[in-house]
This record gives sequence, structure tokens and C-alpha cells, in this order.
Amino acid sequence: MRAYLPSYEMIVPQSLSDALALLKTEPGVWQPFAGGTDLMVLFESGKLSHRKFINIWGLSELQGIQENETHIEFGALTTYAQFEKNALLCQEFPILHQSSLETGAIAIQNRGTFGGNIANASPAADSSPGLLVYDAEIELISSEGSRLVKYCDFHLGYKKTILLPHELIRSIRLKRHQNTHHYFRKVGTRKAQAISKVCFAGLALQNPGQTPECKIALGSVGPIPSRCKKTEKLLSQSFPKIAKEKRDWIHAACSELTQEISPITDLRSTQDYRLQVSLNLLTDFLDTLKPSA
Amino acid sequence: MSGHTVRIELTVNGQQREAQVHPMTRLLDVLRENLRLTGTKEGCGEGECGACSIFINGELVNSCLVPAIQVQGAVIQTIEGVSSSKKYGSKLHGVQEAFLGWGGAQCGICTPGMIMAAVHLIENTLDPTTITENQIRTALAGNLCRCTGYTKIFEAVQKACHLPGSKA
Ligand SMILES: Cc1cc2nc3c(=O)[nH]c(=O)nc-3n(C[C@H](O)[C@H](O)[C@H](O)COP(=O)(O)OP(=O)(O)OC[C@H]3O[C@@H](n4cnc5c(N)ncnc54)[C@H](O)[C@@H]3O)c2cc1C
Ligand code: FES
Ligand code: FES
Repeated sequence: MRAYLPSYEMIVPQSLSDALALLKTEPGVWQPFAGGTDLMVLFESGKLSHRKFINIWGLSELQGIQENETHIEFGALTTYAQFEKNALLCQEFPILHQSSLETGAIAIQNRGTFGGNIANASPAADSSPGLLVYDAEIELISSEGSRLVKYCDFHLGYKKTILLPHELIRSIRLKRHQNTHHYFRKVGTRKAQAISKVCFAGLALQNPGQTPECKIALGSVGPIPSRCKKTEKLLSQSFPKIAKEKRDWIHAACSELTQEISPITDLRSTQDYRLQVSLNLLTDFLDTLKPSA
Repeated sequence: MSGHTVRIELTVNGQQREAQVHPMTRLLDVLRENLRLTGTKEGCGEGECGACSIFINGELVNSCLVPAIQVQGAVIQTIEGVSSSKKYGSKLHGVQEAFLGWGGAQCGICTPGMIMAAVHLIENTLDPTTITENQIRTALAGNLCRCTGYTKIFEAVQKACHLPGSKA
């Protein structure tokens, strides 16, 4: 059933400080509204229980892409299309470039924002695995100031996050890396415009002369997107020196991942399917890595 | 107080227009009901089908997902503006010619959206004759059609890439 329009309210703050002041004086009453690609779907189907919205789309303080020697930071309102158009972001963070290209289709990429994807906290959010393996940090801002948190600490449980009702996500901060091998694969029902059944990001930092470091993260398999730290540890510790060792290494990693994750069954897929696909993607990722002599 | 309305002023297909609406009215409804531009269609109402595709400030978006308040002062182009804009005189756009000539439309519900997505691709490509089939597939990935089976649509867009009337 369609929503009853007059029961909703949306206001446009003049500035970020106006928005933050309102969020503070009436905590939990006003919900931020960015590109609307999650909220409008609920609204349209009559499932949007929240009634009062504050339009943050257009607030310049939540926009823009900045870089320094060690980090690149982009505003929460950065859309997928804006990410795709930024050569530096695409070159240094190809997983997030790829996940952007595979998020909805062009019209969604023109409106959907990273801040919205993060705050919406769906376990199937396609930017999550990339943000996790890149060790993203998130700046949360309120009228009291701002705090920088690790994205890996952001999710508390299914759709539960550390974001307080009077806070906004201001930006996403990524550490710049070199000599990194990036891998991303999203598996859904069809190639375009599908919600993930399994979403996999893999990273290998292979600096010559150093022990390689592997990072992997999975979206859509559990209640929250998560890093697979046990499997990562095994991968990094026993990284093969010669090609011959690779098969056993991959085999061991698959056993470890089977122990580590507990995929769910829901309307999109089953536990068995999700486990098998996760293992296939892990194998595919590891296949692409070169032994480190 | 929640049944309040606001005055939205916007440029639609080159003309100054305005509407007095609730701030969360869907842009799709503003176009179809307030401005009587019914070329833009509603399929799903949830961003999946692309029938409601239009341009906001030159970017392709689903008008069913945009609240009116977010287009205050924006420049909008709809399917009606694709042929009637000064740029093309009264002639059809090359993409429209191609859909007519190569059977790209059957029932026609998806057609305005398909054409907007194809026009977006072609007008944002320096030399449309270099557009690949893959690029067409990506450009139209957000548009569903239940009639044509897509082949005729792809063919029409491929042809359009080579028609002089498609160039921006
Ligand atoms: C057809 C379709 C296809 C889609 N495909 C995909 C897909 O493939 N992969 C995927 O991951 N998602 C997909 N989505 C979901 C959606 O597009 C993304 O999650 C998008 O990034 C949401 O951003 P938004 O700005 O539109 O969020 P909004 O709808 O504006 O907001 C979403 C939530 O985030 C909160 N919020 C927004 N910005 C902030 C902020 N700065 N600070 C605090 N809270 C904030 C809002 O209060 C709300 O709770 C799809 C949606 C549609 C309609
Ligand atoms: S009606 Fe807007 S995408 Fe289907
Ligand atoms: S022509 Fe009927 S839906 Fe495409």
C-alpha cells in the first residue's frame, strides 16, 4: 500500500550546523535523508515507519574528495557515480570502484551515496566488504564535535550500528597502499541490479621482502558484513613461497573459512549455497595471487 | 502540522515551471500530475524498472525515487524534451528515429525510459560510433522491458549510435 503523504514531513536545513542542532534538540525525531534510494523504496511501499526527515542532500560539508600523502577522504554524500569519475580513487581502491559499478544501475549510481549505504547498514550493502578490507575509517559528526571510528567497529548487529541519533556520517577515510592486489566479486541472481547473495572482497599486500598480508571480507552471508580474521591469519602465516605449495594453502584456507563463517538462509539464498560460493570466491581470489619468494 | 506544501520552481525541458506540492511528493508525480507531462511512465515505483527515467542537471535518475524538495531550482529533461528541445528543432532525436525504424518499442511503457537511458549514453560519448555492445548493456541495465526481449532495443540503440540525429 502506498504511503499517506500528509503524515510525513521533510525539512531542508540551511547549513550543516542547523542540521546538527536540530538532530541534537530532538534526538531520534529527525532522520537524515540523502539520495533516498533506500528510503524512497520503503516510502513507496508504505513501509517507512519514520515520519520526519531532514534533507541532507546538498550539504556541501558532506561532499568532496580530498587527499594527502597517506589518506584519501571523501564526503558521505559522494555518490557511486562520483566515485567512478575520480581517477585517483578508482586507481587506488579498485574494489570500491568495482562495487560502485555493480551497485544497481546508472540511475541508482547517480543518486545512491556511500554514507547512505553505510548508515542503512544492510548486511548486503556492496560497499561494505571493500570498506572492511581497506580498513576504512568513518568520521561521525554531531553538534558536540566529531569522532573517527573504524568501519570494522561500526556494525553492532543486524541493522544495529554505533551511529547515535544525533550524529551524521561526515566522511570516509581510506589509507593509501602500494603493491596491493585487489579482488572483488559480487554474486546475485542476475548480472545487473540484483541484491548480493554473496559479496567478497580480497586484498593482498605483497611488498617485496616482507611477509604478505591477506585481508578478506564477506557481505550478505551473515547478519553483518565482516572480516574473516582467522582465515586471514592462516593465509598470511603460511603464504606459499613456491607454486607447488599453493594447492595445500588454498585447501587449508577453505577449511578455515568453513569453520569461521556461519552463512544464513533467507529469502535470497540458502546457507549451503552461500558457503559454497564463499569458498569458490576465496579459491578464485587465492588463485590470482603469485607466490612470494 | 504535516500536510504542508512547498513551492517548487524548476526548469523542465527549457521552460520555467512551478508546482505547489508536499516536499516528499515524488518527482514522477510532480511531472505527471502537476505538470501534465505524462510521457514519463511509472512501472515499479521502486527504482527497479527505469520506466520513470529522466535527467536532473544532465544526470540519469529514476524520478520515482526523488522527493520534490530535492529538485528545487534544478534543470530537468524528460522524454517530451528529447524531441521538442530547440537543439533538435521539431525533429525526433536519432534514438527515437532508431526505435521507430528498428522495432525498439512494442507496448511502449518502457520506451520513454529506454530512450532516456540511450540518449544519456550517446550524448555523453564523444564519438557515439565507438560505443560497444557492452556499453549499451551497461547503459540500459536499469531498464526492464516485458515485451521485446531486448534484442530489438539493443539493435535500435546500436543503429542510433550511427545516426547523425543522435549527436549532442
Ligand atoms: C533499484 C535499486 C538497486 C539497488 N542496488 C543496490 C546494490 O546493488 N548494492 C547495494 O549495496 N545497494 C543497492 N541499493 C540500495 C541503495 O541504493 C544504497 O544503499 C545507497 O547507497 C543508499 O544511499 P542513499 O543516499 O540513497 O540513502 P538514503 O535512502 O538517503 O538513506 C539510507 C539510510 O541512511 C541514512 N543516512 C544517509 N546518509 C546519512 C549520513 N550521511 N549520516 C547518517 N545517516 C545517513 C538514512 O537516514 C537512511 O537510514 C539499491 C537500491 C535500489 C532502489
Ligand atoms: S517506476 Fe521508477 S524505476 Fe520503476
Ligand atoms: S515495449 Fe512493452 S515493456 Fe518494453
